[in-house]
Amino acid sequence: MNYRRLLLISVPYLWLFALFLVPFFIVMKISLSDLAIAIPPYTPTLSLGEGWQGFKEFWSGLDMENYIFLTEDDLYWKAYLSSFKIAFFSTVLTLLVGYPIAYGMANAPPEWRPTLMMFIILPFWTSFLIRVYAWMGILSKQGFLNQFLLWSGLIDDPLVLLNTNIAVYIGIVYTYVPFMILPIYATLEKLDGSLIEAAVDLGCSRFKAFWLVTIPLSKSGVIAGCFLVFIPALGEFVIPSLLGGSRTLMIGKVLWEEFFSNRDWPVASAVAVILLLLLVIPIVLFQRNEQKQREAEQ
Amino acid sequence: MLDTATNTFEPWNDPAATPLIEFNGVTKRFGEFTAIDNIDLKIYEREFFALLGPSGCGKTTLMRMLAGFETSTEGVITLEGQDVAPLPPNKRAVNMMFQSYALFPHLTVADNIAFGLKRSDMPKSEIAGRVDEMLSLVQLTPFAKRKPHQISGGQRQRVALARSLAKAPKLLLLDEPLGALDKKLRQETQFELMDIQEKTGTTFVIVTHDQEEAMTVASRVAVMDHGKLIQVDTPDRIYETPNSVYVADFIGEVNLIKGKASPNGAGKVTIHWAEGQPALLGSTEETLGDGTDVTFAIRPEKISIAKQRPEAANVVEGTILDIAYLGNISTYYVKLSTGQTIKAQTANNRRISRRSFTWEDTVYLSWTDTAGIILTR
Amino acid sequence: MRRLSWFNVTSLTLGFAFLYIPILILVIYSFNESRLVTVWAGFSTKWYGTLLQNQAFLDAATVTLKVGVISSTIATILGTMAAYVMVRGGRFFGRTLFSGMIYAPLVMPEVITGLSLLLLFIAIGLDRGIFTIVLAHATFSMCYVSVVVSSRLVSFDKSLEEAALDLGCTPFDAFKSVTLPIIAPAVISGWLLAFTLSLDDLVIASFAAGPSSTTLPIKIYSAVRLGVTPEINALSTIMIGIVAFGVITASLVSKRNIARIKRDEQNALK
Repeated sequence: MNYRRLLLISVPYLWLFALFLVPFFIVMKISLSDLAIAIPPYTPTLSLGEGWQGFKEFWSGLDMENYIFLTEDDLYWKAYLSSFKIAFFSTVLTLLVGYPIAYGMANAPPEWRPTLMMFIILPFWTSFLIRVYAWMGILSKQGFLNQFLLWSGLIDDPLVLLNTNIAVYIGIVYTYVPFMILPIYATLEKLDGSLIEAAVDLGCSRFKAFWLVTIPLSKSGVIAGCFLVFIPALGEFVIPSLLGGSRTLMIGKVLWEEFFSNRDWPVASAVAVILLLLLVIPIVLFQRNEQKQREAEQ
Repeated sequence: MLDTATNTFEPWNDPAATPLIEFNGVTKRFGEFTAIDNIDLKIYEREFFALLGPSGCGKTTLMRMLAGFETSTEGVITLEGQDVAPLPPNKRAVNMMFQSYALFPHLTVADNIAFGLKRSDMPKSEIAGRVDEMLSLVQLTPFAKRKPHQISGGQRQRVALARSLAKAPKLLLLDEPLGALDKKLRQETQFELMDIQEKTGTTFVIVTHDQEEAMTVASRVAVMDHGKLIQVDTPDRIYETPNSVYVADFIGEVNLIKGKASPNGAGKVTIHWAEGQPALLGSTEETLGDGTDVTFAIRPEKISIAKQRPEAANVVEGTILDIAYLGNISTYYVKLSTGQTIKAQTANNRRISRRSFTWEDTVYLSWTDTAGIILTR
Repeated sequence: MRRLSWFNVTSLTLGFAFLYIPILILVIYSFNESRLVTVWAGFSTKWYGTLLQNQAFLDAATVTLKVGVISSTIATILGTMAAYVMVRGGRFFGRTLFSGMIYAPLVMPEVITGLSLLLLFIAIGLDRGIFTIVLAHATFSMCYVSVVVSSRLVSFDKSLEEAALDLGCTPFDAFKSVTLPIIAPAVISGWLLAFTLSLDDLVIASFAAGPSSTTLPIKIYSAVRLGVTPEINALSTIMIGIVAFGVITASLVSKRNIARIKRDEQNALK
């Protein structure tokens, strides 16, 4: 039995160790290396054949040069800042779009709810790429949105939407709104309807009751939803690359270009390490919120 | 509104008293389903009024109409002579204590109690004082800063009560207020409720399916079934003189014997109920035609049980089928030769070892001619 | 007695319109006669024809399906094991690290996962191709599978396993004949999730793929970067159709099962 248990634990453990943790350390290591015109395109490489001497040489070849470079070239910190800004505002927009939908679902007749839920989850199963692509046809200069606005007489000249930050916001809201809806819906559905009645009974208007009771009690769902949108949006690549323009700076896109176009692996790795460090803060906050919610339920 | 002559509180017997609440031909339908069927009812100030009935009888709907969460399909409800229909729940001088208590989990006990006050025109400076007053009324002063999930079920119940009383409503509605408490706590809380009702002088309307609770706390009880009021009366009259088989059967234990009545003069009635059994002798204030179908209802504790045939207006013979020993009392299930089983109750004022009856004994059941009641519906 | 207020109706209508109109437009214009995707020129299915003759797309689809099936199967086995270890494994050395390694990939930006795996493959001199994509996909999907399966395991009554042991099963027998059948629905949905993630993935596959092993998302991405084309609309429509069919069928089946259980319960009471 002990031998079986060992096997059961060690197989997934070693798999994750080899394919998640080790690669991560490699990224750390390469971020401290120098660019070289070679295969692989960085130095130093660790050659174990040379023993201790080889290791010492390897160690002395590592430095913080790439990180210093990241602070010197304003492209990078601008990209981090702009990623933060885009992720933040699109999270707020997603909340504004998602909350009413979640609220509507939670107040729908119970027999409708599973169907509504299915239609929220359905887009999640369809390709992300396709959902982003769908907006390219809508937002382009001759796209449906411009056609509609021109037809309705709201504008006289077509708007430039595709390849701007506006398109990126729309894309993030559209693809991530289910992640916002589901946790908010979960808290709103559990909300005891008699709490609202009690608030009204004690003199609140319906709107005031919503503000004083529903909103505070759905706080944990709102926070969870915001993190579920904010965290992936920060490192997003597909949306800025397809909907954003050349001036849309997002760190995922910068990393990709650094790697595939400039083939500067050490800098790309340094960019990745910094991005991870930035993500630790929201992830820890998110975990704490989840923990608090679990405790409240007990 | 005390009746000075007898010094008892019976405004419903005083034709000059004006009711606090009046239902006039009130009907409520949900689609095809009639929840409330043409109800007329008056509730007076300072009353502790209980709506009693099985689940689905319409008692909760009736109460939610008073709170303003439901509107009547037909008929008028008035509060102090004013039609309440145009008033939304937040504008009514009526507060409700919810079955689930509906305490706001994100607010402290004190903030829960202050919630309604902050929405009234009470000056901010007085709110804290009023909250303290309510906290001491329900003896929760040390728990003011706790959140609802940090206090016990009984304490939550008292917070809910304090919160709904804080605005000093003209009428307090209590929806199964003690339903979530265990039996012992429930009994203690019943007296506390009565005490608080007396102290504050508020009119209470309580909804319950527990007849013992209704009998204990209420000044008057309304027994409901299928959206109709079957009987509205004081607890003792509901018990002693039910107006129908439904009420007699719903409240407490009862033996029901079907038969045909023949009036005997001077309020006495003879009931023929089975071949070969002596006719029963009862009394009624109603004038019954000869041969009217009636049900004779008699409470088990009004029946005496004896080994020798006693001298009494009504005596039947049977054998003991079963004995239910409940500690303070015992119920004997006595099978008659007609096949009917009659329940008789005696107080256990002796130790069980000296009990005089046992299974299969032949015994005589007897009762006076005024012990039972004759029901025609 | 909850009724839908005008606010709820409006928010639901607008919300679902926002979610579905873009997809609807995409589908409609896959049947457009014209190459210009924004001008309607009559109904036609010719783009489906051109798509089916496009060997590059067909090859990419084959690669994607292969990768999807193999990687999600590996991910399901590993993920179920990991879930079992997490919920039932008790204490062991490095448990915190283990749970960290399971949850971290869920929040890790895809670009970083992709980059790190690529650097690993190069460091150990592994040639990139279908094999490396499978490794990459299996690694991040197993974390999703283990989350799905462990949530089922947590709500699973442990005394069922103990009863099996009491009745003479070995621990392995108990797992096979009691635990596995009960968590099977979660394992299956875990597999479906892993499969969908694999079919869907562009970023990690781009890092892990070699020149000879292009997956469908990589192919779509390079086509789409040049603009909107009706072939891609047709391809998207096919993919959406398959997914919608699958999800709606699954939900109808589960609805029918629930209805049947309810009916049986009512019949049993009669």
